Amino acid sequence: MTDETLKTTPLNAAHRALGARMVGFGGYDMPVQYEGVLAEHRWTREHAGLFDVSHMGQCKITGADAISQFERFVPGDYQILKSGKQKYSLLLNTDGGIIDDLMAGKPDHDGLFVVVNAGNKDEDFAFWAANLEGDATLTVLDDRALIAIQGPEAAEVMLKHEPVLAEFGFMDCARLMLFGVDCFVSRSGYTGEDGYEISVPAADAERIWNTILEDARVKPIGLGARDSLRLEAGLPLHGHDIDPTTSPVEGALTFALSKSRKEAANFNGAERILKELAEGPSRVRVGLSVKEGAPAREGAEVADLDGNLIGKVTSGGPSPTLGRNIAMGYVPPAFAELGTELKVLVRGKPAAAEVVAMPFVASRYYRKPKA
Amino acid sequence: MKFTKDHEWVSVDGDIATVGISKHAADALGDVVFVEVPEVGKTVTKGDSFAVVESVKAASDVYAPVSGEVVEANDVLGSAPETVNSAPEADGWFARIKISDASALDGLMDQAAYDEYLTTL
Repeated sequence: MTDETLKTTPLNAAHRALGARMVGFGGYDMPVQYEGVLAEHRWTREHAGLFDVSHMGQCKITGADAISQFERFVPGDYQILKSGKQKYSLLLNTDGGIIDDLMAGKPDHDGLFVVVNAGNKDEDFAFWAANLEGDATLTVLDDRALIAIQGPEAAEVMLKHEPVLAEFGFMDCARLMLFGVDCFVSRSGYTGEDGYEISVPAADAERIWNTILEDARVKPIGLGARDSLRLEAGLPLHGHDIDPTTSPVEGALTFALSKSRKEAANFNGAERILKELAEGPSRVRVGLSVKEGAPAREGAEVADLDGNLIGKVTSGGPSPTLGRNIAMGYVPPAFAELGTELKVLVRGKPAAAEVVAMPFVASRYYRKPKA
Repeated sequence: MKFTKDHEWVSVDGDIATVGISKHAADALGDVVFVEVPEVGKTVTKGDSFAVVESVKAASDVYAPVSGEVVEANDVLGSAPETVNSAPEADGWFARIKISDASALDGLMDQAAYDEYLTTL
């Protein structure tokens, strides 16, 4: 039975028809798994997985000042972003902490299309509604669903529906007619695999979901596998691996800081962020390979080889692809070098761990050959 | 076989209780990827966590349904934790406990009562 306090996505009935196990997630009744997390995880890495991510927030910011206003709170350069491209960025508070991480792009000639995390969307939208000035209008697109198809066969599957999608490179985006309706499409995702995120009108979501599923290469994938894929891809989960106390430097997300914006220092928290860039932060997010024992999960303490507690795991678990346990967490920079031997404490028991590069599993984003 | 409200099962032979988690619990957990079984010789108390079972997503405590001394642990689960999914109420047992107080078994449910209990959850 649906918990009446939970919101539903336009695909709720479709998940139930597929026999999904449903859980409360970010305020929504969502599928955690269909046939099983491991099988779904592996299917996505080998074929194509279909994800309902409609719980995430979608909005447009439009108007003559849309981009300059949006930029006030993020450290990415959206002025120079080409039409048809999107970019990962961070919504920052005045302390340089990460209110949310997001994807914003220019799929058409009408401002920005932005996707934010489910758990923060109300706060994000309220923030923009209160802070956008001049000719900049926030429009929350709560009448749309968001479907992601991810995996090495995702592009071939989608080509059947729209040949132009083959020409997209990683982070290309567009507004186009797909399945007979007005969609926002980007070649991106949060699994480390090639694939697309497709924003569709809510009324058409179930039809489109079922149409994509008709292809034998595609299976529905729940949030359980989405999280283990995300972890293997070394991507941070907001509210866990990054949060309003974490700076982009601590979060190892300095790629989201554009050169021009750093020089101009004209975004929230610039003072702290530039100081951390120059002098180093007090802690930094690292990847850990846990070499023995149980998975080290969020909250597990990290110690040096002398047993001194130096940090904490922010997310972790078994890696189905690698067949061993992996984690990410925060340690002082002196312990962040690749190859550093550490301990993680799971239920008080120390287990050997090593700082390793992220992503844990090599990403397979599709980058177009240079012309 | 008897069951607890926390979804452990107990099978008693003389004063030795074999303990595992029910099929319902194994199905609810999903893919089991790690099991921490108690050490042989450890004394456990009814109701205390005496083992941990981990799925891809989460770690869950397993509570001792009886008090006593652990006389055998299922080491198979160390290399093949998925046995908990494939045979939860057989080869996927966790430990054997030498029961110190047989009255602990009194409150446990038989299969019919447990099945009935599951319908109330």
